[in-house]
Amino acid sequence: MSQSQMNILKIENIEKIFEIKVSAFKSKNLYALNKITLEVERGKTISVVGESGCGKTTLGKVVSGLYQAEKGTIKFHGQDIAHKKPLQRGLLQKDIQMIFQDPYSSLNPRKKVKDILEQPLKIHTKLNKADRMQAIEKTCADVGIDLGYLSRYPHQFSGGQRQRIAIARAIILNPELVIADEPISALDVSIQAQVLNLLMDLQQKLNLTYLFITHDISVVKHLSDYVAVMYLGEIVEYGTKEQIFSHPQHPYTKMLFLAVPDIDNPVLSEKVLETGEIPSPIDLPDGCYFAGRCPLKDADCEKEHPPLVEKGDQYKVRCIKV
Amino acid sequence: MSEMLRVENLKTYFDTRKGLVKAVDDISFSINKGEILGIVGESGAGKSITGFSLINLIDSPGEIVDGSILFNNRDLAHLSEDELSKIRGGEISMIFQDPQMSLNPVITIGKQLIETVLYHNPETSKQDAHKKSVEMLELVGMPAPEKRMASYPHQLSGGMKQRVVIAMALINSPKLLIADEPTTALDVTIQAQILFLMKKLTKEFGSSLILITHDIAVVAQMCDKIAVMYAGRIVEYGSNKDVLYNPKHPYTKGLIQCLPRLNEEKTRLYQIPGVMPSLLALPVGCYFSDRCPYADEECKVYPETITLEGRLVSCHKVK
Ligand SMILES: Nc1ncnc2c1ncn2[C@@H]1O[C@H](COP(=O)(O)OP(=O)(O)OP(=O)(O)O)[C@@H](O)[C@H]1O
Ligand SMILES: Nc1ncnc2c1ncn2[C@@H]1O[C@H](COP(=O)(O)OP(=O)(O)OP(=O)(O)O)[C@@H](O)[C@H]1O
Ligand code: SF4
Ligand SMILES: [Mg+2]
Ligand SMILES: [Mg+2]
Repeated sequence: MSQSQMNILKIENIEKIFEIKVSAFKSKNLYALNKITLEVERGKTISVVGESGCGKTTLGKVVSGLYQAEKGTIKFHGQDIAHKKPLQRGLLQKDIQMIFQDPYSSLNPRKKVKDILEQPLKIHTKLNKADRMQAIEKTCADVGIDLGYLSRYPHQFSGGQRQRIAIARAIILNPELVIADEPISALDVSIQAQVLNLLMDLQQKLNLTYLFITHDISVVKHLSDYVAVMYLGEIVEYGTKEQIFSHPQHPYTKMLFLAVPDIDNPVLSEKVLETGEIPSPIDLPDGCYFAGRCPLKDADCEKEHPPLVEKGDQYKVRCIKV
Repeated sequence: MSEMLRVENLKTYFDTRKGLVKAVDDISFSINKGEILGIVGESGAGKSITGFSLINLIDSPGEIVDGSILFNNRDLAHLSEDELSKIRGGEISMIFQDPQMSLNPVITIGKQLIETVLYHNPETSKQDAHKKSVEMLELVGMPAPEKRMASYPHQLSGGMKQRVVIAMALINSPKLLIADEPTTALDVTIQAQILFLMKKLTKEFGSSLILITHDIAVVAQMCDKIAVMYAGRIVEYGSNKDVLYNPKHPYTKGLIQCLPRLNEEKTRLYQIPGVMPSLLALPVGCYFSDRCPYADEECKVYPETITLEGRLVSCHKVK
């Protein structure tokens, strides 16, 4: 198979701008995504990590059709879906599912768990009632939801239990691409382990492709094939997991790895405070977006915005000091 | 060190149509001034309900049915709603696991912060409250804080909302802060900053912090004491060092073994077999017995809590 056939998703130069109020009378543009380019290989897991507010969820929502991009293309099965809402995507819609960051607001509070899980089956499949029930039971078993819970409402569950319901809803249609936005951050470690093992099993069994958004670096290391590091709406480093973890090059990636809490080394040093000015996507700096926090910065870094440079096979970095 | 909070034999039950859910069942712990207590345990163990109970925010059909919550010589379990609402958000504040619970979607975050200040400090001027709000946002690492005051919650990323909620909880310098999964939506650099800030404020001002989290590595960094909850009860309770680095209860051991470690490869993670039972169908005897590798005949009776090597632990096999 050629590279392009292996790539299930091809994101090119995606831009997303929000207009927001900055005072009672004034609005400004907020640049949430700046020229994001990314290819996702079928059956693989690509993790997106980065600063809180850097645009990860926005990227997931653009791919799943909840937001429409201002510019750029997203090719899925050869079709450009960047500007199409879910309903305009036809059959492709069921093949991209998203697990949302917030397990509280993503489930309809007035619906029972059974109805939440049955709804996508009703919309997208021709299964009869008995078959739908069977699919629900199987999925519940997969994600560890007690069948006795099916007649309950979301508010009767703890945070972690709700997230399992959300995962069940996403996988019940056997999608090709699952965008998982912090799918396990609301879960405790034992269930995290169960869900991660489950996601990996499902991937093997169904050849699923994951776009995995997370803050948990040890989880990224655990399950990714590729890693994209984002900062302020753009990709600053991209490579295979091995490249990123054994030779992180971008100063932000390095800073990120150093801050990972580690039970084997549980110190919380004052150093974490020395991070400098955190820039905002409302007033983007001219030069490198990371310059204000970067230990390597010099005058050149503030002059021009550094490009994302390809360095060898499948590796890219955006920093003039590398 | 003097005591800030002492919880004794607290029981919070939900009387549901399907039966009595003992979400918090006879738990006791205490916190000194300047101390940080971590509460860990699986989803559904009762961590959040414990937090809600402390400020008596339990909705029907739930109710605190027994026990006392002594906070600076007052029993919060028996205060009037009037007195409680003065304490909430003032002397005691809680960062809710669900940011939606603290943020009103139709009011700008700036206005919400300012109102939080004014409610507990009516003598403060609006300008000062505004200034304080911007400072607080800056302290929790919100970029462009002045401009963000005019944003509505839905215009913020998950981590930004979480920072607003943290700012709101800290803005009146509470004596006791209950932080329920405060940093799950934050990247590790911001998380480290916020945790550092919370720890520093606790130590400097002699306030107290209850940190509810499933992130054991964070607990290791932050907490002086740790309570491990399972199915509504505390199964192990002791110092950070004892509980994390020399765990005795089979459940605590399992939790620590589940952690993905940075220096490990893409292999399967250890998982505790099975899932936590529904609180309506608890096993006979030790609640952990149906998942425990050491369970035998003896475990069909709920184990006594004993003191062993400095911690409290409830397990027949730990002697
Ligand atoms: N609906 C919206 N209206 C206005 N601005 C928005 C909207 N959604 C997101 N933004 C802005 O876009 C930027 C990126 O937000 P996004 O939610 O994608 O971040 P994120 O990387 O997922 O962060 P986190 O890790 O905190 O969840 C933020 O500055 C946010 O304020
Ligand atoms: N309104 C309610 N009615 C019935 N049961 C409830 C209610 N609210 C909570 N519970 C039950 O109480 C138990 C404890 O819930 P709690 O939210 O404290 O869990 P938690 O330890 O915080 O879990 P998580 O880590 O998932 O947040 C759960 O089993 C939950 O199902
Ligand atoms: S009491 Fe028995 S079942 Fe419970 S944790 Fe100890 S050994 Fe396991
Ligand atoms: Mg997000
Ligand atoms: Mg909770």
